[in-house]
Amino acid sequence: MGVKVLDSKPYQSLDDALYLCRELLEDGDFPTVKRWREAGGKVLGHFQVYFPEEIAHAAGLLPLKMRGAQIEARQAEARFGSYLCSILKTSLELALSDRVRLDMFVSHPICDAARNLAAVWGRNFKYPCQILYLPQNANSRHSAQYLRGEYDRIKREIEAVAGRAVTDDDLRNSIAVFNENRRLLHRLYAIKRETPWLLSADEAYVLMAVGGMIPREEHNELLRAVLPQIEARPARPQDRIRVVFEGGFCEQPPLDLLRTIAQFCYVVDDDLLIGLRWILEDVPLDGDPLYNLAEAYLEKSSYSPVQHDLRKPKEKMLLKRMEAARANAAIITAAKMCEPGLDEQVAYAKSLDERGLPYFISEFEENMTSFDHLQIQLETFVESLMFA
Amino acid sequence: MSDGASADTIVGRGAKEGADLFRDWFQQLTLAPQRGEKSAYVFVMGSMAEILRVFDLHTIFPEINSLQTAVRRVAHEFLNAAEDYGYSPDICGYVKADVAMQLQGGRHPMGTIPKPDLAVYTNACNTYIKWAEIWERFYQVPIFTFDVPGTRAAGTQTWPGHPDFENDKQYVAAQIKELIETCEQVSGKKFDIDRLREIMGYANDMSRAWKRVLELNQSVPAPFNALTDGTVYLGVANGFRGTQAGAEYFQRLVEEMEYKAAHGLGTVKEEKYRLIFVGVPCYPIFRRFNEMFSEHGGAFISSTYLWFASGGTNLGFEYDLSRPLDSLAEGVLISVREAMDAMFFQERRIIDMVAPYRVDGVVYHPIKSCRTTSTGMADNRRAVLAACDVGSLFIESDMMDKRVVSEAQLKNRIDAFFEGLATRKAMKAIS
Repeated sequence: MGVKVLDSKPYQSLDDALYLCRELLEDGDFPTVKRWREAGGKVLGHFQVYFPEEIAHAAGLLPLKMRGAQIEARQAEARFGSYLCSILKTSLELALSDRVRLDMFVSHPICDAARNLAAVWGRNFKYPCQILYLPQNANSRHSAQYLRGEYDRIKREIEAVAGRAVTDDDLRNSIAVFNENRRLLHRLYAIKRETPWLLSADEAYVLMAVGGMIPREEHNELLRAVLPQIEARPARPQDRIRVVFEGGFCEQPPLDLLRTIAQFCYVVDDDLLIGLRWILEDVPLDGDPLYNLAEAYLEKSSYSPVQHDLRKPKEKMLLKRMEAARANAAIITAAKMCEPGLDEQVAYAKSLDERGLPYFISEFEENMTSFDHLQIQLETFVESLMFA
Repeated sequence: MSDGASADTIVGRGAKEGADLFRDWFQQLTLAPQRGEKSAYVFVMGSMAEILRVFDLHTIFPEINSLQTAVRRVAHEFLNAAEDYGYSPDICGYVKADVAMQLQGGRHPMGTIPKPDLAVYTNACNTYIKWAEIWERFYQVPIFTFDVPGTRAAGTQTWPGHPDFENDKQYVAAQIKELIETCEQVSGKKFDIDRLREIMGYANDMSRAWKRVLELNQSVPAPFNALTDGTVYLGVANGFRGTQAGAEYFQRLVEEMEYKAAHGLGTVKEEKYRLIFVGVPCYPIFRRFNEMFSEHGGAFISSTYLWFASGGTNLGFEYDLSRPLDSLAEGVLISVREAMDAMFFQERRIIDMVAPYRVDGVVYHPIKSCRTTSTGMADNRRAVLAACDVGSLFIESDMMDKRVVSEAQLKNRIDAFFEGLATRKAMKAIS
């Protein structure tokens, strides 16, 4: 579909683009999704962390990243017990409260809580609610072939929702769009890494995150327009420590939390919405597109606490990330009640301790509104490093 | 054998023999390192015991080790030690008890647990994977994620011959071959398919018997308590899967249950209410928790725990021994999927049990420690209540952490639940 969901072309001015992205991200009514639907489009909502959006895109659906929202989970609370992360509840609340209308929902067995989500969703909505079984054994010689079959299965489900067949050429066209998107996002992250004074953590985040809620062609257009403007900013380096932010792979911290961190640090790399940047290289356009996507998921990908791969011990991957970004320290966060994130904090901390690398440990919730305490702690942490 | 003599020798032997087997099992584990025997850490949902036993690897169940600390009322010492090490109060208590045990050299109330030579775990619980990563860091031993794709949406399970089933099965079969290669490296022994066939035969005997035991609780009164007795049987089902001792135990258990069913022997003085338990037991007050129900004449006649914590053995899947590896792939896929269904898509099964098992109420027990079993429970309950006329209770506590177990509050809720059940029964009687 050639539908445009952004109001106008705000790309002439970086400030306008940033303002627009911020507004969209903080709008719990998801206006871009509404516009897409009003134009007759269908929407596939997919829960964190990674989903092969190319398949939905190839069928003409809008792949919508379900990443929770800063809303009260009034109806969703009754569907869940206690001791759960917020994103699970607010994601369902978006649908129960009719803020977001979907035609299909897909979740993944990323954690014990999320793997329940498709079943809960399916009991509450009539449209297809599915689990996509991404392989948890990334080291089997058969994993890529299995995943190719699983992608084919989900493609058939998507075709039924879309009411049309998806050809290999459709898939190749979509892969090309997403390859460009990933290249642009990697360029955005290169700016963070190489010249972090040009782009704050919250600015980079909004420019990236908006991609999960608009057609990817529009996101590409936006990034193509703003990246040169960022690179041409007249800002100068300041005396700030360079940190890697870890713990944003699923539930997202509020923008104000990122702003608070940006007051004291250059966030030179992070795992925020890592699913959008999961694949690190272009997916080949020749050959079997579904196999290429499957192979890229396993062999050309980043890391997160919810993917086990013997080749990617998380603490070693964090050290690599810090080294590549020349970070002085790490901010090791976890969303409240996020078991994989909380588990990983221990391994990260032990590993950083062994190497004498400083780190700041914290928890967050997408709906938190007070940052004073965090600000004081972070300021103390940064001062302890600056004046050590 | 007269009925009198049988009652003396048969009734209660499942509990006694199960306890004896388990004491011996822990003793064998303690002695294993001295004998130069190797051990694999495994889990209850897809232990892969069939393969591991071919290589004479002991199977050690960290979940069982952990729950034993709670039953023996020392879990808090273990939890505190793990939290001091850095683990959050908000993660799985089983993991923390195990971490603490590892940090103190395997010291456990039941014996000394050897270090792993290998860890094998399915994806039936994601925490299994995070847990195994801890052992990998502690001991640098091989860890093997055995990935079993589950049901994609309620009621959409596929079966042999369907392309989607075959895609999943090929993945499982490939991993079985890779696991065999790993076991050969760890044990230094060659794979023996005849030994596998023999082990699978014992597993078949156990599966058949386990299914039968569960069905026998349709009798009124129910011959065994799914919460207390059932947990003992589960321990044997896991620890002795694929062994002659395990197969014989379950055959004798069927005899006991058939005897009790035939003679109207139940588990409470007067069985007034027949209940299904959903979730993991409250181990910190294991006996007392049950008493709060049995005091009112409540009897747990089934539990989702007996389904998922037996790795789906409740289905009674029997391997085709003429094609062992292929059939093993099929059986593991179907059984582990069943275990996952018992947690995520359990509502249909419960609804279908209400009439044949004459169920009066369903007790949902979400716990802080386990998001796998607890996350969807409230929504499952809504679906069950919308579909059938049963009472239900939703009580939160924990399987390990007594800090979140309030016996007084639980009792208040349970007493009120039985008042509701009594009213419901009275209303039915006059309508």
